[in-house]
Amino acid sequence: MQSQPVSPSIAALRSEFGAAIERHFVSSGQSVAYIARDHSHDVLAWLKDTPGQEYNYLTDVTAVDYRDPERPLEVVYQLRSLGRKDDLRLKVALDKRAPLEVRSVYDLWRGADWLEREVYDMFGITFVGHPDLRRILMWETYAEGYPLRKDFPLRGQFSRAEQTRQALAANPEAHYSLEELSIAEAYGELPKDVQERLARGERGFLK
Amino acid sequence: MGLVNPATENQADETTTVSAVSPNFVTTKLDFLTNWARSNSLWPMPFGTACCAIEFMATAASRFDLARFGMERMSFSPRQADVLICAGRLPFKLAPVIRRIWDQMPQPKWSISMGACASTGGIFDNYSMVQGIDTIIPVDVYVPGCPPRPEGLMYGILLLQKKIKGETITDDALREETLVGPSGLFLPPERVDELSEPFGNSVQQTRSS
Repeated sequence: MQSQPVSPSIAALRSEFGAAIERHFVSSGQSVAYIARDHSHDVLAWLKDTPGQEYNYLTDVTAVDYRDPERPLEVVYQLRSLGRKDDLRLKVALDKRAPLEVRSVYDLWRGADWLEREVYDMFGITFVGHPDLRRILMWETYAEGYPLRKDFPLRGQFSRAEQTRQALAANPEAHYSLEELSIAEAYGELPKDVQERLARGERGFLK
Repeated sequence: MGLVNPATENQADETTTVSAVSPNFVTTKLDFLTNWARSNSLWPMPFGTACCAIEFMATAASRFDLARFGMERMSFSPRQADVLICAGRLPFKLAPVIRRIWDQMPQPKWSISMGACASTGGIFDNYSMVQGIDTIIPVDVYVPGCPPRPEGLMYGILLLQKKIKGETITDDALREETLVGPSGLFLPPERVDELSEPFGNSVQQTRSS
């Protein structure tokens, strides 16, 4: 069997960052490099801005939790260079005994905003420097943990009755801005008392 | 016979009923009239969250033509709706939303749970999904199917019309709805747990793994 070609970006990364590139391999034709957590932002910024690399499109940010509880969580960055038509996958391993933190790449790709929020919501990984790190799929007050972790039971931590009670008590509008509720444009036309109530942060009726 | 109805003048057996003498009024039972009016002018509030909503749209479109049953006006405001049709799965995040829509609908109101997911949680026996909308709001008719065909939904609607025709306006208890304690739950907690019990293949999966 022929060995699959390694992306030339890997060699460039190794010569630029040395030990920060922990290891690399090729999987189904896709070059994958592990980078040290503390250098992740530098490496990704370099890949985005260096001529010859120009990975200007962040396809996805996600994470993987493996069945083996000893194995670290992995944050996965899937990059694409739209001009060169080339892909590169980068992974950051996060030891579960240490705080699950990695630097946000929001300042490099604005598209990382919701992708990182989703990873935070589902895996509990904190993206340092993210301007608005909130849950995005589950509701704000969700208290059962991080659903895509392997130690999370399929049906959740609480009983169905407790889940139903908490969901009904969530008062979802309270956590969204006027823009997110799509009523910002109509704000000027609302009666004075309603404007004041909305400005105070009141959303809907509270039971 | 002093009065002759021109419409029946030439008929052999002359009728002497009230309507023949004066076609402008009828006598009937108040319940019958009320139920007849209500059941034949149901305005649906579509709450479509998934593939069932596609079948619901097909039901409303020309081939199946929901308007035949007095439901031609989709009410996208709960204030002008009579029947809430939950078409699709309901995640816990939407539970307070459908509860509020239900609360905003004026009485008399009914609800149809369309499809397996809305009725039982369906294949989504997981952390994020309500296991049957009857743990959130009262349900009048369950339509099985994944998703139900338009004929199935129409059969459910006909069942609902039949149910409405059996109601009486003198029974206030039909419209009563009380929440259990301050929790906001519509059923007692143990009943919610019972309704949400896994069934079928799901029972093989343990809670903690």
